[in-house]
Amino acid sequence: MTKYLLSIYQPDGEAPPPEFLAEVMRDVHALNSELEAAGAWVFSRGLHPPSTATVVRLRDREMMITDGPYLEGKEHVGGFWVIEAPDLDAALGWARKAACATTLPIEVRPFRDVAET
Amino acid sequence: MEPAPQAEIELLFRAEHGRAVAALVRAFGDIDVAEEAVAEAFTVAVQRWPADGPPPSPAGWILTTARNLAIDRLRREAALADRHAQAALLHVRDEPLEEGPVRDERLRLIFTCCHPALGRAVQVALTLQLLGGLTSAEIARAFLVLEATMAQRLVRAKGKIRAAKIPFRMPEAAELPGRLQAVMAVVYLIFNEGYAASSGAELVRADLCNEAIRLGRLLTELVPGEPEAQGLLALMLLAESRRAARTNACGELVPLAEQDRERWDPRLVAEGQALVRACLRRNQPGVYQIQAAIQAVHSDARSTADTDWRQIVQLYDHLLDLDASPIVALNRAVAVAEVEGSAAALALVDALDLESHLFHAIRADLLHRLGRDGEAGAEYETAIAMAENAAERAFLRRRRQALAG
Repeated sequence: MTKYLLSIYQPDGEAPPPEFLAEVMRDVHALNSELEAAGAWVFSRGLHPPSTATVVRLRDREMMITDGPYLEGKEHVGGFWVIEAPDLDAALGWARKAACATTLPIEVRPFRDVAET
Repeated sequence: MEPAPQAEIELLFRAEHGRAVAALVRAFGDIDVAEEAVAEAFTVAVQRWPADGPPPSPAGWILTTARNLAIDRLRREAALADRHAQAALLHVRDEPLEEGPVRDERLRLIFTCCHPALGRAVQVALTLQLLGGLTSAEIARAFLVLEATMAQRLVRAKGKIRAAKIPFRMPEAAELPGRLQAVMAVVYLIFNEGYAASSGAELVRADLCNEAIRLGRLLTELVPGEPEAQGLLALMLLAESRRAARTNACGELVPLAEQDRERWDPRLVAEGQALVRACLRRNQPGVYQIQAAIQAVHSDARSTADTDWRQIVQLYDHLLDLDASPIVALNRAVAVAEVEGSAAALALVDALDLESHLFHAIRADLLHRLGRDGEAGAEYETAIAMAENAAERAFLRRRRQALAG
């Protein structure tokens, strides 16, 4: 089994109307239940908007803190799943369901094994 | 026993590389392990066979030798706590590799190479390397990119296959048609890459056509139930039959209408036409089969005048139903010109929304036939500026000069 990160790419700007969001949340909950029932769910959570982000980096061993996201773009990671799947086809199957539920693009990336790192 | 010269081993390499790599990928679950072992086995063959003579079953010998070499190497590396090697050793089965059932292994490997999670350019390169046995240098030359770029692309792709676990397996029934389409698209792209650039000096690119035809044959053997695979093979064979007639002594393109049909390869024509007839009997038409049928009509004719253009227009109508692309509509217009005249064809062409040198070249030709040489000249200029292939540009320049005369 391999663990995969499924990231939700969400456009910047205002949130969609509440009725729409309620439907998305219902579909996401249903997907989470399905993932759990299949033993594929490891973790999933939504994120606060990028405006709440803080970046920390070292410069000459001094800690520099900047307000805002590391990358400024038109989209940001709005939330993610960590799932477990036997191969990429299975992971892509879950990603397809995630894209349907969220109506957003989902990026699929495999995790390294603990021993690989 | 006859000594095996190096050339014979190279032929065997081309023919057997895909089979051996597929079988070893299946056994070890790892592309790098499989490729290295097969390459090593051929190295041993090159050293031994010229002196000792080839073994009774060269292909079987390659498989067994590659498997044993891989196990030896993996054991050495596993002893050094190489996790990768340990995993591959765990995966390997005890039973010896057989030549018979590996038919399906090659198909699995093609589906892995053409997996939708890999970009089209990567699918093409992987298929040529793993199934075709081409080196990254050869693939780089054929696709006119730097060898380092191609090598990097292939390493990245294999890294993704391993890390993301792109599986080696047959697609499920529901996804099979779509996945087969991708495989056929890759094979046809390889063919076109070789065919579009058929200036005499570029031998490697002619090799691409042969490679695509070999892959096309393999597909018809692996998925005999798919008439489109036969259609694709027929289409490639009929196009390939015209290679010698397609360029003149100076390497310039000769259009179909002006080709010396005596120079078409009758063996390839016969094979392509037999496949088209077999497809017609099955009556499950698809885009490759119809395109092959169109080429078969051309192959039947002794000249342009002798060509059954009405049948060609009908076939294009059928093709448009399945693939309503402007390129298909453009080609249909060329056939319409022969049936209904240039004015009718020009009206069809003018209605198309298409930016390609072909569009302007065809428009130029129709304008010329209608006696509008001034406009034709301007269209040839546009076509020349857009054409990427030197032989095509030379052909278009000749056409434009003929207008002035």
